[in-house]
Amino acid sequence: MLFRVITKEAFRKFVNTLLSEIEIIAPRKVATDYTGRSIYHYLPVDRFEDVALDYDTTRFSAKTYFTPFKENLASYSFQNGDWTQSIRYRGVTRLILGLHACDINALLKLDKVMARGPFPSPHYIARRKNTLIIGIDHDPCAGGFCRSLGTDTVTHGFDLFLTDLGDRYFVAIDSDRGFSMLQEVENTEVTEDDRVEYSAVRRRIAKGFTTHVETHNLPNILDIEFESPVWAKWGAKCLSCGTCAMVCPTCYCYGVSQEFSMDFASARKNKQLYSCNLYDFARVAGDHNFRARTSTRLKYRYYHQHRGFVETYNEPMCVGCNRCGNACLAGISPPEVIADLHMEEKA
Amino acid sequence: MKYLNIAAAKPKVGVFSLTCCEGCALQLANKEETLAAFLSAVDVVNFREISSDKSDDYAIALIEGSISREDEVASLKAIRDRAKVLVAYGTCACFGGVNRLKNVLDFDWMNREVYGETPKATSPVRPVREVVPVDFEIPGCPVSKAEVERIVTHLVLGLPFAYPVYPVCVECKQRFTVCRFDLGELCLGPITRAGCNAPCPAGGLGCWGCRGPAEAPNYEEFLELARSRGIGDAELRERLSFFGGFDSAYELAQDEPLAVRPVA
Ligand code: SF4
Ligand code: SF4
Ligand code: SF4
Ligand code: SF4
Ligand code: SF4
Repeated sequence: MLFRVITKEAFRKFVNTLLSEIEIIAPRKVATDYTGRSIYHYLPVDRFEDVALDYDTTRFSAKTYFTPFKENLASYSFQNGDWTQSIRYRGVTRLILGLHACDINALLKLDKVMARGPFPSPHYIARRKNTLIIGIDHDPCAGGFCRSLGTDTVTHGFDLFLTDLGDRYFVAIDSDRGFSMLQEVENTEVTEDDRVEYSAVRRRIAKGFTTHVETHNLPNILDIEFESPVWAKWGAKCLSCGTCAMVCPTCYCYGVSQEFSMDFASARKNKQLYSCNLYDFARVAGDHNFRARTSTRLKYRYYHQHRGFVETYNEPMCVGCNRCGNACLAGISPPEVIADLHMEEKA
Repeated sequence: MKYLNIAAAKPKVGVFSLTCCEGCALQLANKEETLAAFLSAVDVVNFREISSDKSDDYAIALIEGSISREDEVASLKAIRDRAKVLVAYGTCACFGGVNRLKNVLDFDWMNREVYGETPKATSPVRPVREVVPVDFEIPGCPVSKAEVERIVTHLVLGLPFAYPVYPVCVECKQRFTVCRFDLGELCLGPITRAGCNAPCPAGGLGCWGCRGPAEAPNYEEFLELARSRGIGDAELRERLSFFGGFDSAYELAQDEPLAVRPVA
C-alpha cells in the first residue's frame, strides 16, 4: 500500500474535474426524520457541494450499484418460429465516493460469492470492474458494531481511502487506477506529522465505538440455540417485510422471472432482489413451505449472516453496519437479538 | 397469434360495472403504446353495460365495482351463470373499496346528504366474493394496466400467474423511498400486498392498502409499531377501513373511539 497526503481544497478540485468525466455516486442528504436525524442515500451527484462526506450512515447500502434491486439479465426476441437472445453488461465507468470501511468490506464479501463463487455473475463482475471506489474513515455511527466483526478498517477493495486530518486527507492507495487518478492532482509525501496525526485519528475512531456484539463462538452458539425461545420472541415481532435484506450491504438473494411483451414478440428475463424473511422464500412446488413460520425465517437470516457464511468463507457475512436494525420498523436489530442468544446460553 | 409455433388462446372478455367510478374499466383502454397488442390478445365483447342478453358470448367476466343495491345482486348472479371465469376487477370488486365507507354511517342521514328529498334504495356495500363465487381477483385502485397485461400474457400462454405474497415495503425499498414512518407518518405498506411498485409512499402519501393484505400479515406488531410512533387507533381504523380488506386488523385497533361520527 502507498500513502500520500492531499489538501481538502485540492480534493474538491479533483472531484469537480472527475465530475466532468464520469458519473459519481456519493452520500447525499435526502430528508430529516421525525426525531431530527438526517437521512442519507448514496445517489448520483452533480456538484461537490451535494456530497455529504461527513454523513454517519446511509439508509440503503451501496450494493445496488453492483447488484441492483431490479436488473434485466437477458432479452429475447421471437421471429419466424425462432428466437434470439441478447445480454448486455454495464460497461460505463463510475465512481462511488465516500464508502465507509464496513461497506468496502461488504463488497469484498459479495466478491467471494458473486465474482469468485461457483456461479460467478458476469453482470456483477462488469459493474464491479467498472466502478472506482474512494472510501473515507469516520467516527463510529450510532448503533454500528463493525468493530466487533473486524470490518471497521479496510486494507484492500478500494482505489483510494481517505482519513480526515482537518485541513487535508491522509490517502491510502490500493490500485493502479487510484495511483493514476492521484497523478492528476497536487499531493505530497507523508511527513512525520501526518503519520502522527493519522495514528491519533485512528485511535480516536477505535475508541469511539459504543455498540459491541459478542461474536466469540457465535456460530456454535447459534447451533446450540437452534430451538431457543429467542426466535419465537423476535419472530412474533417480525413483519416479514424484507426491509432488512433490502438495506443490507451483503444480502444478495434474488428471484428471476420472465416477462413477455404484450405483442408476444419479445420477452425479458428479470432479476429482483429477495429476502429470506419473505413468506414464500422457502416455498416449493406443491405449495410446501419449509419456512412457513416467521420466527423460522428470521432465524435463518441470522444463520446465514453469522453461521452459514462462516462455514463457507471463514468469516461472518454481516459487517455490522446495523442498517437492518435502523430500518426495521419492528425494532429487531442484530445487537439485541445476538445479546439475547448469549443470555440464553448463560441461563 | 402464435408463440413459438403454438397457437395461443384468444379469450372473450365481458366487462361489467357495478357500484364504482369505472376507473378500472378505463384502465383497459389505457397504456396506448400497447393497446393494439392488448386488444388483439383478448376479445373484449362487452364493455361497461350490464347486458341482460343471455346469448352474450364471453368466457371471462370482469366485474368492477362493489354491490350496494339489491338489483345488482341479480345482475351479478346472471353474469356468474354465463361466465366460465369470473374476475373481481379492482379494489371495489375485491374488498368493497371506498364505497364501503358508508357501511359505518347512518344510512338515512347519508341518503339525505347525497340525494336530498329523493332517497334511493341502498344496502350495505359488499365485495363480489360475498355475493357469488370468484375465480380470480385483480386488486388495485385503480388496477394497474401493466399488471393486467402480465395476467393476460400468462393466461394466453397457459402459464400460472401469481401475485407477490410479500408486502409493499419490498417494492418501496427497491425504489429508495424514505420510509413514511421515519417521517412520523402512517403507512399500510408493511401489511399490504405488493405488486403496485409502491407509488404512494414515493409520492408522499403512505400506502392506503388498496391491494388488500399481504400473505400472513402481522397485524399485532403493525398496530404496535404505529402506536409506538404516536399514531392513535382512530387514525389507524380510518386507514384500515378505507378500502376494505383489513377487517381483522380493524377489529384489533379499538383503543380509541372514532374521531368523527355523523349524527344519525
Ligand atoms: S426483521 Fe424487521 S426489517 Fe426484517 S423482515 Fe422482519 S420486520 Fe422486516
Ligand atoms: S445484517 Fe444488518 S448489520 Fe449486518 S451487514 Fe446486514 S444490514 Fe448490516
Ligand atoms: S441473509 Fe437471507 S436474504 Fe440475506 S443473503 Fe442470506 S438468505 Fe439471502
Ligand atoms: S414507506 Fe411504507 S411501504 Fe415504504 S418501507 Fe415504509 S412502511 Fe414500508
Ligand atoms: S402503495 Fe398501497 S395504496 Fe398505493 S397503489 Fe400500492 S397498495 Fe395501493
